[in-house]
Amino acid sequence: MRKLLLVLMVAVALVSFAAKYRIGVAIPAADHGWTGGMVWWAQYAIKQYQNDPDVEFYLVTAREPSEQIAQVQALLARGIDALVINPYESAPLTPICVQAFRQGVYTVIVDRGITSEEYNVYIAGDNYMYGYLAGKYIAEKLKGKGNIVVIRGIPSTIDDERVKAFKDAIAPYPDLKIIAEQPGYWSREKAFEVMQTLLTKFPQIDAVWTGDDDMLHGVLIALRQAGRDKNIILVGGACEKNIVKMIMDGHPLIEVDFTYPPNMIATAINLAVMALKGESLNGFYQKGIPRKIILSTETVTRQNAKDYYFPDSVF
Amino acid sequence: MCIKLKAFLTRYMIVLVLIGLMIFSGIVTPAFLKPRNILNIFWQTSYVGIIAIGITFVMIAGGIDLSVGSMLALLGAFAITTSNRIGDSAGATVLSILLTYGLGALLGLGMGLLTTKGKIPAFITTLGGMAIYRSLVLNFANGGVYMSFSRTFSSFGMKFIAGLPLPMIVFIAYAVLAYIVLDKTKFGRYVYAVGANETAAVYSAIKVDVVRTITYVISGVSVATSAILLSSMMASVSSSSTGSGFELDAIAAAVIGGTSLSGGKGTIFGTFFGALILGVVNNMLVMLNVAVYLQGMVKGLIIIAAVLLQSLRR
Repeated sequence: MRKLLLVLMVAVALVSFAAKYRIGVAIPAADHGWTGGMVWWAQYAIKQYQNDPDVEFYLVTAREPSEQIAQVQALLARGIDALVINPYESAPLTPICVQAFRQGVYTVIVDRGITSEEYNVYIAGDNYMYGYLAGKYIAEKLKGKGNIVVIRGIPSTIDDERVKAFKDAIAPYPDLKIIAEQPGYWSREKAFEVMQTLLTKFPQIDAVWTGDDDMLHGVLIALRQAGRDKNIILVGGACEKNIVKMIMDGHPLIEVDFTYPPNMIATAINLAVMALKGESLNGFYQKGIPRKIILSTETVTRQNAKDYYFPDSVF
Repeated sequence: MCIKLKAFLTRYMIVLVLIGLMIFSGIVTPAFLKPRNILNIFWQTSYVGIIAIGITFVMIAGGIDLSVGSMLALLGAFAITTSNRIGDSAGATVLSILLTYGLGALLGLGMGLLTTKGKIPAFITTLGGMAIYRSLVLNFANGGVYMSFSRTFSSFGMKFIAGLPLPMIVFIAYAVLAYIVLDKTKFGRYVYAVGANETAAVYSAIKVDVVRTITYVISGVSVATSAILLSSMMASVSSSSTGSGFELDAIAAAVIGGTSLSGGKGTIFGTFFGALILGVVNNMLVMLNVAVYLQGMVKGLIIIAAVLLQSLRR
C-alpha cells in the first residue's frame, strides 16, 4: 500500500513537473460550419505544442451556456494557468471568467466578449467591417443602383452589427434597395429554401449578400436550379475553403470574400502561451501582450486567395 | 345534413386551414400563388414531410422518435461517404442507397428493441440516439461538411419528372403507400390497437413489442428516404446543422394533423397536410418578409391556432 502511494506521488510529481503551464480552452461545440472551423483550429494550435514539455492543454466544447460554465468550473478546480475562452453567451459566462481572472488565471476572451473589463486579453474579429466591406463592394459593383437580397444568420447581436454595417455602407446610394432581409440561420438548407422562395417572388435580383459562406452554397444551388445563375453579384463571408477555392479558380459570380477567421482561436492560444512564457509581440515596444485585439477584416480576391486557402481545414 | 356537414368538417378541417392560410398569403403577396412557388413549398416540405409520415406510425403506436433529425444527418453523411467511396456509376449509387436504407432500418430496429425489450421509455432511447448520431456525424467530419464527389449521386435530388420535383413525387407516393399500410392492412389496425390500449392489445393476441418495433423501423426507413433526397440535392451534409430541429418539425406536423401525443390516434392524411401547413408557414414568413425577430412568434401562433381549430371542431 505504502509502495503504491509512493509510486503515485512520484508520478504526480513527475507529471506536474513536466507540465509547467496548463491551459484550458473552452469553446462552443460545432453548431454550424464556422464553429466547426473554430474547433478544428483549436485542435490545430494544440497539436503545434505536442512536443513542447512546458505546456499542456485541456480542450472542452459546450452545447449551451450552463454546460460551458460547468466546464470552466471543472477546469478551474483542476488548476489551470491560463483560460482561453470563446464565451457561448456574454452575460452568463461573465461571472466565471471574472472569477478565473481574479484567481490569477491568465484569461483570454475570444470573439464574443464578456460584460466586464476583468480579463487579460480580448481578441475578436471585426463584425462591423465584415458587413461594411460587403456592402461597399456590392454598392460599387452595382454602380449604386439595384435590388439586393440580404440573407442573414441566426438573429443575434453579432449578426445585427454586421447587417447594420452593411446598411451603413449602402446608405449613400438612394437607388440601392434591400428588397428582402431574411434569416438563413447560417445553414445551407435554410438559405437554399429562402433563396428559392425569393427567386419566385422577385423577377429582378441584382445582388445577394449572405451572412456567411455556408449560406452562399445554398444560394448558389437555388440560383442554378432556377436557371438564374448569371448577371448577379454574390457575396458571402468568413472564407469557407470551398468558396475561397472558387475565387481562386475564377468563379464568374463570386469574386470576393471577407475574412472572419475561425483561426483566431489558434492565435488566442498562442497569445496565452506567449504571455505565460513572458514573451512579447514582435515589433511591439510594450513588454506584455496587448489587451484588446480586433483582427482586421481582410479582402480576399483572386490575386491573394491562395494565402487564405486551407484545404485541410474543415471550414 | 347538419351531421354530414359536421363529419365533413371533422375530416377536412385541416385542409380548410391550409386553404385559408394560402388565400391569406395570396392576397398579401400575389407571388405566393405562382405555380412555381406552390411547387417549391411542396418540394421544401417533402423532407420533413416524409419523416413526419414515419413518425406518425411511431406516435400512433404510443411512442415518440426524437432521433430523426440527427439520424438524417448520419444517414445523409453515410450515403455521401459510401457513394464517394464505391464510385460514380449508376450501380454504385443504387448500392449506396440500398446500404443507407439498410442502416436506417437497422438503427430503427435498435431503437425499437431498446424501447420494447429493454423497457426504456421511447423518449429516453431516442433522446440518446439523437445525441449519439449527431456526435458520430460531427466526429467523422471533425465538425465540417461532407461533400459528394459522385456526379450520379448528386444528380437525382434536383430532378424534375413531368414538371414536378422528384422529392415532391416521392413525398406524395410515400404518403399514399403509408396510408394504405396504416388504413388498409392488419398491421395498421394493430398499430392503432397497441397505441390506444396496450393491455387490450395484449389480450387480443397482438404481438405488441413486434408491432412497436416495426414502427421504429418504418421511421428509420423514412429518415433514410429523406436523407438520400436531401443529401443528393445539396450534394453535401453539414455535420453540425443538417437536420437539426427536424424532429420537432416532424412531430409538430403530425400533431397539427391530429396525431395524439399519447398514442392511438392519427392519420397519414392529417400528417400530410400538417406538414404542408408548416411548409406554407415557412414560405409565408419569407414571402411576406416578416421581421426577423418576430418569425418565431408568427410561426408559433399559427401552429397553435391550427391545432386549436382542429380540436374545437369536436
